[in-house]
Amino acid sequence: MNASPLRQRDRIGGGRAVALIDGNSFYCSCERVFDPKLAAVPVIVLSNNDGCAIARTSEAKALGIRMGDPYFKIRDMCRRQGVRVFSSNYTLYGDMSGRTNAVYRQFAPQVEIYSIDESFLNLSDVAPGLRVELARDLRATVRAWTGIPTCVGIGPTKTLAKLANHIAKTVPELQGVCDLTDVAAYEHWLCRIGVAEVWGIGRASLAKLEAMGVESVADLRDLDPRPVRKGLTVVGERIIHELRGLACLPLEMVPARRKGCAVTRSFSSRIEDRATLEEAVSAHATRLGEKLRREGLATNHVTVFYHTSEHDRDAPMRSVSITVTLAEHTSDTLALIKAARHGVAKTWREPGERPWRYSKAGIVTNDLVPLSHSPRALIGAMDRERSGPLMAAMDACNARWGRGAVVPAQAGLVARRDWSTKFEMRTPRYTTQVGELPVAHA
Amino acid sequence: MSAAPAQRVDEMLVGSADAVRVPLIGQALCAGFPSPADDFLEGALELPRWLVPNPPATFLWRIAGSSMEGAGIYDRDLACVDRSLKPSHGSVVVAAIDGQMSCKRLVIDGNVARLAFCSPDLPAFAIDELGEGLIWGVVRFSIRWHVARGRLS
Repeated sequence: MNASPLRQRDRIGGGRAVALIDGNSFYCSCERVFDPKLAAVPVIVLSNNDGCAIARTSEAKALGIRMGDPYFKIRDMCRRQGVRVFSSNYTLYGDMSGRTNAVYRQFAPQVEIYSIDESFLNLSDVAPGLRVELARDLRATVRAWTGIPTCVGIGPTKTLAKLANHIAKTVPELQGVCDLTDVAAYEHWLCRIGVAEVWGIGRASLAKLEAMGVESVADLRDLDPRPVRKGLTVVGERIIHELRGLACLPLEMVPARRKGCAVTRSFSSRIEDRATLEEAVSAHATRLGEKLRREGLATNHVTVFYHTSEHDRDAPMRSVSITVTLAEHTSDTLALIKAARHGVAKTWREPGERPWRYSKAGIVTNDLVPLSHSPRALIGAMDRERSGPLMAAMDACNARWGRGAVVPAQAGLVARRDWSTKFEMRTPRYTTQVGELPVAHA
Repeated sequence: MSAAPAQRVDEMLVGSADAVRVPLIGQALCAGFPSPADDFLEGALELPRWLVPNPPATFLWRIAGSSMEGAGIYDRDLACVDRSLKPSHGSVVVAAIDGQMSCKRLVIDGNVARLAFCSPDLPAFAIDELGEGLIWGVVRFSIRWHVARGRLS
């Protein structure tokens, strides 16, 4: 049973090397870069609408704050313990993410940005003995240049790199780098790490595996993949191959073209009136238009939805979704707004004695096509010759003077949208707004 | 500075064709998870490439106070800080002192490193012990307005 995985790994692991590098408590680390007072204190960052904890420093984890803890439940404890709490500053995190990736690209020519704080690097061209040294140099450089602390996991496959990253994070003696392309390290760690840490093993799979007596990662690796397909699907089979060093997931340097696009938001508080709902879906349609134009895509239908909250159990419930078809493909904000408002008009019901209290609205579209390749309508064709320059001018204004500088009146002025998502404890946009630069005293 | 004669600062900041984006925004799209930052990405502050050799390590800071006038840095100037520069004797740096970010000159005297003011009104050298990780970055250059500042305030 052991012979075949070893043979495979020697062949593939000997050549191929993938590194997964990620920022430690990334959002919290971004906040710490610009405020020295946060250096040694517990810090957490909250999700949209300041709902729940989505990033925690090790000090905050030590206080028992878990991922996804609702803020209202931990607010008193945070105050007592001196936890510094922030709203998400996605503008800052996006910028810092771009900076870290710019550094990664100086160390490896092939970088796949996997998420805002995780990237895969191809290190296959680096000699096996030099990979750890390179990873340490990379960590030190990222820390020095951007202030972000990171960990690096290296493996012959993405799944093993991800596992190595987990080991690098949890074993302090490794100083933030773990290399599973090293056969000795591979043998050492795989029988010591629980199978729950494997990328793609969810709660349901975990229960099945435990019933089969699989405890360590090595146990999973040594399963015969074919019978596994029945219980754990092809994904489970793929994971076993990846753990053996057989790469099933290539590095994706160019993100796949977007097939669908959604703009959905929870309201900062419940809304009951039609005017506010119309303004919200118009604002979402505006954002949808920006996203489509940025990638040169277009759609010929939009699905508008809005619903009450499942938490308001005693209040009347309503959930609405309607798809509106356009005459032809477009990315024109004004056309999208018209479609979105049409969707509201068709589905709006005047409230009775107990009004519906809507908590969320959104606009979704699928089957996107490049605008330039899309067929023109025989009847009802839009005036692309005029819409194109108008949209381009609007996008240019918003790029120069900040998001929301120019909006269609129907979407409402950004500053007056009191329904929009709350970020009440957000730090300044230190790196993208001249008016919000950090201050150094002299 | 001869490369940009009679060009207004605000034009240089946002307009010019050879400008680079200082916060180098990466690919907006992630291959794995859609970025939650996607809806919040903003146009980066732009400076010309010949001023900023290493964009990912470069940050702008606003200066508040007049203790660095001896170094030619005045209240409300902007300091362009390059974190990839190694601080050495005489470097103007941004450093964390007592939980506050300060602009100071680094003075290395034998084995002793100090952070000093640069002002005739202040003691020649106000000395701080230099701890680990204290220096945030080295000021590569500063920007000062010689006209009313308008919207930059």
